[in-house]
Amino acid sequence: MNFDFSPEQEQFRDQVRRFLEESDGLSEGRSILNEKTRDFSASIWEGLAELGVQAAAIPEAHAGLGLGMLELCVAAHEIGRVLAPVPFLSSIGVCAEAIRRFGSAEQKSKWLPGLANGSIIGTWGFAEDDRGGPMQPSRLSAGKLVGAKEPVLDGMVARVMIVVAATPQNTPVLMLCGLEQAAVTRQPVKTVDPTRPAARIQFNAADAQPLPGGDADAWRKLLDQAAVLLAFEQLGAAESALAMACDYAHDRVAFGRKIGSFQAVKHRLADMYAKIELARCHCYYGAWAISTDAPEAPLAAAGARCSATDAFEFAAQESIQLHGGIGVTWESKCHQFYRRSRLSALILGSRFEWQDRLVDELEGQLQRSEL
Amino acid sequence: MDFDDTPEEAEFRAEVRAWLAKHVEPRPRTQSPEEKVARAKRLLAAKAAAGYAAITWPKALGGLGGTEIQSLIFLQEESRFDVETLHGSDFFSVGLQLCAGTLLKCATPEQIQRFIPPLLRGEEVWCQLFSEPSGGSDLAAVRTRAVRDGEDWLITGQKVWTTGGHFSDFGLALTRTDPTRPKHQGLTMFAVDMRSAGVQVLPIRQMSGECEFNQVFLDGVRVPDSHRIGSVNGGWKVALTTLGQERSTAASLAFVEWQELLKVARQASMHGRPAIEDGRIRERVAECWLNTFGMRLMSYRSQTALGRGQVPGPEESMAKLIIAQQGQRSAVTAMDMLGAHGSLTAQELGDRWKSIERAWFWAPAFRIAGGTDEILRSIIAERVLRLPSDIRVDRDVPFNGSGNAKSSP
Repeated sequence: MNFDFSPEQEQFRDQVRRFLEESDGLSEGRSILNEKTRDFSASIWEGLAELGVQAAAIPEAHAGLGLGMLELCVAAHEIGRVLAPVPFLSSIGVCAEAIRRFGSAEQKSKWLPGLANGSIIGTWGFAEDDRGGPMQPSRLSAGKLVGAKEPVLDGMVARVMIVVAATPQNTPVLMLCGLEQAAVTRQPVKTVDPTRPAARIQFNAADAQPLPGGDADAWRKLLDQAAVLLAFEQLGAAESALAMACDYAHDRVAFGRKIGSFQAVKHRLADMYAKIELARCHCYYGAWAISTDAPEAPLAAAGARCSATDAFEFAAQESIQLHGGIGVTWESKCHQFYRRSRLSALILGSRFEWQDRLVDELEGQLQRSEL
Repeated sequence: MDFDDTPEEAEFRAEVRAWLAKHVEPRPRTQSPEEKVARAKRLLAAKAAAGYAAITWPKALGGLGGTEIQSLIFLQEESRFDVETLHGSDFFSVGLQLCAGTLLKCATPEQIQRFIPPLLRGEEVWCQLFSEPSGGSDLAAVRTRAVRDGEDWLITGQKVWTTGGHFSDFGLALTRTDPTRPKHQGLTMFAVDMRSAGVQVLPIRQMSGECEFNQVFLDGVRVPDSHRIGSVNGGWKVALTTLGQERSTAASLAFVEWQELLKVARQASMHGRPAIEDGRIRERVAECWLNTFGMRLMSYRSQTALGRGQVPGPEESMAKLIIAQQGQRSAVTAMDMLGAHGSLTAQELGDRWKSIERAWFWAPAFRIAGGTDEILRSIIAERVLRLPSDIRVDRDVPFNGSGNAKSSP
């Protein structure tokens, strides 16, 4: 039994953590929030590249480090802890992983080295505008991509994108689309968390190639993997929100006592802690299941996503509550967590969807055990 | 990351599995309460002979000189067999884990020699005489008095929630020896012979109708000074040692397994459709799995720590907090799915309903026993998150001058 990361992985964590503390990821996010001119922190992105974060899971043959999913989980955990404003989930968690797992040799040689050193940013799109009117799903038409995706995280800075499209036979297929072409138009769309901006991307008969292994099953696997990585980001962020609330409860005095000594306050913090520890267990289980390609992976991914979403949203909401009035001001860090918690809860599909998947998997498991 | 045993662990597991297969007697069809105790005692005697009664203890004390992880493996394997349990735990865990652990740390060599071997072999069963009717969660507020009488002490008072009190031979009793001192500083611990004159054990009937706990009345019970554990007025330190022995077993107490709840959800019908198709039900099934399987995963984390020779933290307080509340919610959800029929008992609905009914009746007790939900939250907040402690108005004043003692009848 070894339900933990290895000493080498912990060492990797320490390096990433130290760098992100020194570069003050939270303040970088704050600057982006105030300036409204940048889409991500280039300095943090480059620093992470120097540590090999983007390259971690990419094979050595394509200028990567040839490590694996567990290293990505560790990195995501630390990135989340400081709410680092970087396109890690988009570029590495989904785009690079899609190419690595399901791409052709040519696609890998063309894109992976740039993704590995951070010079190329990639993203993905599956959500479409269904706010009314007939659905216009992205689809293949005479080998060209037509349709639109929204919101596409990091869509304004990405050069390459994995598009979930429909074939003429109406089966899903993963397409690799270079975004620097005239047949692709994009415009920024505002999200609740400006440190994780998005775009609406329109494909007007754009050139795109299918990923050879990119069928519906591949998309499921990618989504599960992305869910686990994002769950680690949520876990790290929730831990920070809790630490911030605890610090405040330790300092703030009211009615002649530190507010942390009131049970109404400390019990809320204990509940935050309990949700976080529960999420930690499910995140670790997700990391194990994804990294070993276990049959339990879909269930484990849904468990990580639901529990980490619960933990982070609760921590972000209650952290504001415990800060009182100061917590709702622009200057407070609280809303950085509040914003990120909501964005993270939605960007891979809401808790409702994942909860349904989770129960589908449980039903499957029960049926198999009854056979 | 992996969930596999090391080769040594696998070998030990195979060994104990084979041993258990040979030594666990089949359960008779009908059993009186006395026969249950006798069957449990016979297994404990066999375990003691093989060193399995106290795996982590040194061989000189009758243990196996083994590791915490071996102890856990034994528990895991034992739970696969139909052995007697008490409140979901090992039948003798109060004596073997709490009392014996305390004696080893706080008793004199002579006392250890006198008490430990028969305890280990199941010849003398121990219970814990800590809680009192007036004290609630405030253990240091015990009012049972011990008064010096020559070479002996005379103990008078009332204890409550005594697990196994009716078949115990000794009780580890926390008493007040000096009420003029602050409440933590006037306590003394004794080993009380439960067969002494003046000891009366009466069952407590719980709301389910079952009687699993006792109240113990002590009326001038004579205890020799040689049965005092620790120093006079040093009992709080001994009591803390006992509390420190409690290991979370809540992971094995998933009152309602998710499979059970899901089966009900598939069979029950709401609006003419299987209940499991209803989003509200799906949400509750998901929650049940997240919490119960999550606690299983948490025990894997503890096991990993033990395997490395580390001590799992007070984070384990959390397991009971989560599991007990989840058991209550799952039971209520299962009953709700049956509509009006949910109001019927297992006598009407059949054996499949027994565990639901039991969870519904027992969850309230488990939210209180061994630290209430509120106490557990305070423990997490103060010991893990290091938040300032509650203001305790009775801490540094004489016990008999504090509100605690005055409120007594």
